[in-house]
Amino acid sequence: MDWLSIFQNSFTQMVGVAAVVYCLAALGLNIQFGYAGLLNFGQAGFAAIGAYAVAVLVVTAGWPLWLAILMGVVGAIIFGLLLGVPTLRLRADYLAIVTIAAAEIVRQVARSVTLNDYLGGSDGITGKYAADWYALNPFDGFEWFIFRFSKNDLWVVINGWILVAIVALITWLLMRSPWGRVLKGIREDEDAVRSLGKNVYLYKMQALILGGVIGALAGVIFAMAAQSVQPDNYSTTLTFYVYVIVILGGAARVFGPIVGAMIFWFLLVFISEVLNNAVRGGFISSDILSTDQIGQVRFMLVGLGLMLLMIFRPQGIFGDKKELALDER
Amino acid sequence: MSAESTDSRQQAAAAKQVLAGVDPVPGVAKPDAIFRGDSIQRSFGGLVAVDVAHLEIQRNTITALIGPNGAGKTTFFNVITGFDPPNAGTWEFEGHSLARKPAYRVARDGMVRTFQLTKVLSKLTVLENMRLGAQDQRGEGLFSALVPGVWRRQERENTERALELLKKFNLTHVKDEFAGALSGGQRKLLEMARAMMANPTMLMLDEPMAGVNPALTQSLLEHIKELREEGLTIFFIEHDMDMVRDVSDWVVVMAQGSVIAEGSPGHVMRDQVVIDAYLGAHHDVALTESGESLTRKADA
Repeated sequence: MDWLSIFQNSFTQMVGVAAVVYCLAALGLNIQFGYAGLLNFGQAGFAAIGAYAVAVLVVTAGWPLWLAILMGVVGAIIFGLLLGVPTLRLRADYLAIVTIAAAEIVRQVARSVTLNDYLGGSDGITGKYAADWYALNPFDGFEWFIFRFSKNDLWVVINGWILVAIVALITWLLMRSPWGRVLKGIREDEDAVRSLGKNVYLYKMQALILGGVIGALAGVIFAMAAQSVQPDNYSTTLTFYVYVIVILGGAARVFGPIVGAMIFWFLLVFISEVLNNAVRGGFISSDILSTDQIGQVRFMLVGLGLMLLMIFRPQGIFGDKKELALDER
Repeated sequence: MSAESTDSRQQAAAAKQVLAGVDPVPGVAKPDAIFRGDSIQRSFGGLVAVDVAHLEIQRNTITALIGPNGAGKTTFFNVITGFDPPNAGTWEFEGHSLARKPAYRVARDGMVRTFQLTKVLSKLTVLENMRLGAQDQRGEGLFSALVPGVWRRQERENTERALELLKKFNLTHVKDEFAGALSGGQRKLLEMARAMMANPTMLMLDEPMAGVNPALTQSLLEHIKELREEGLTIFFIEHDMDMVRDVSDWVVVMAQGSVIAEGSPGHVMRDQVVIDAYLGAHHDVALTESGESLTRKADA
């Protein structure tokens, strides 16, 4: 067993590119689901819009990167309006149904044969669209004890975590303000909030769009890190992992999604690294587990871990048990 | 006592006197009505839940809305506060129409209600529940919320007012608890105090006393009377007749969706129509006769 390499990979991925992307998507979802109680199951759709805006506008249309990112944000706002206008007046579950379908529509459109010339079909778009941005990178790679990043990854990760810090700061400022109080009130009982003269519909729309824009930024980072977009990266699985991260960290907590994303990616990588090493080193007989089954088994084990968490710490890492007890009254 | 409060006290007494001259018939016009409703209808499928031809509520009085279960009292509340769309009807509050306005606009215009099944915001503290009630908060905009300097002073003022109200409603000791941890009676109190935070002109209470212990009921009644003296109009649904008699200046009786009687508490409680509606038209006919005939049939 090569423990140094196991820990190196696990800890690097804990703060790596994927963790940044999922963390941003989870910060957005936390505003919608954690604070406002909106069941948005289309976070993958928002991320896809951000990613494709960057890829299409830079590679196909030749726009500058910053303008493409801005259009990604505008796209997320329009997507949020499209989802919110018909559903936010209705009961919460309608939003869930509409968002999960809308996100799938976005993915299916992205991989459609008809739009192959513009969106690249199921292969997506690959191109050096963030070359100028990578050229700004003053750092070489980074290696210290258990952390190891390539030159490009390091640049993505540094910028990504700065963005995470900014988003978390904005969330913190908002949620201690009267605006955040209205949002939390809506989560508890929207009729009560309405009876106190607050335009509930407007607040729900703002929360949906704000969380969606943050989700689109996750997609932007994803596209810039990989220098490519593939439609199947934005399937409902992404949304569900993001939910796992929010619940793992503790919903309606500013640091919940950040710690949740770190733990999620650490566990995922750690489990598969340990199993890989164990199988290759002969500690686990290949009759029981082969290396190509590890990809599935790690999700089973993470799932098991989540079940245990829900049983013994249902409020998540940062949650308050006292709050949760109120639901049972 | 300030001159202002004696003024309003006289106002209240005057209002009561004016009502003494009003004819106790359903749909009668009041001299200074704050609320006027016309042919308000709401039906669910074939069931006509509300069908109020005309109703006026006198300003600065306590008006009770009573009636047997299923009379449509709560539905009427829901309709006029914008929580339930009517099938037909118009109504105005302080001279401007509120018909088909969304609930939050109705509340902003000064008609603030509470709910029969209390709606406290469980995972917010009692104090946060109160602060939420305040109107025109600068920090409730998405962008101004990001700059605490914009709203901090107003927040402090709202907190002071909230603490005063909590003291009045005996909730100071639980101000930092989650509202979900309160007892049923305390929740009723919190909901009423929170509605007061919204600075209503007319406070609409849906069964404010249900589940509140008798000692507290007395102090709540005093609060309600005080609110009238502060110039508020109160319109409330209640089943407890003792309370209705004690506190209200005027009583409106609903049955099967319509207003069947209104008048002073004393008048309404002697009204044959009201007694029939509550107890059934044949409540004073002995049941034994029909009972006997049933047994006789069974024997035969």
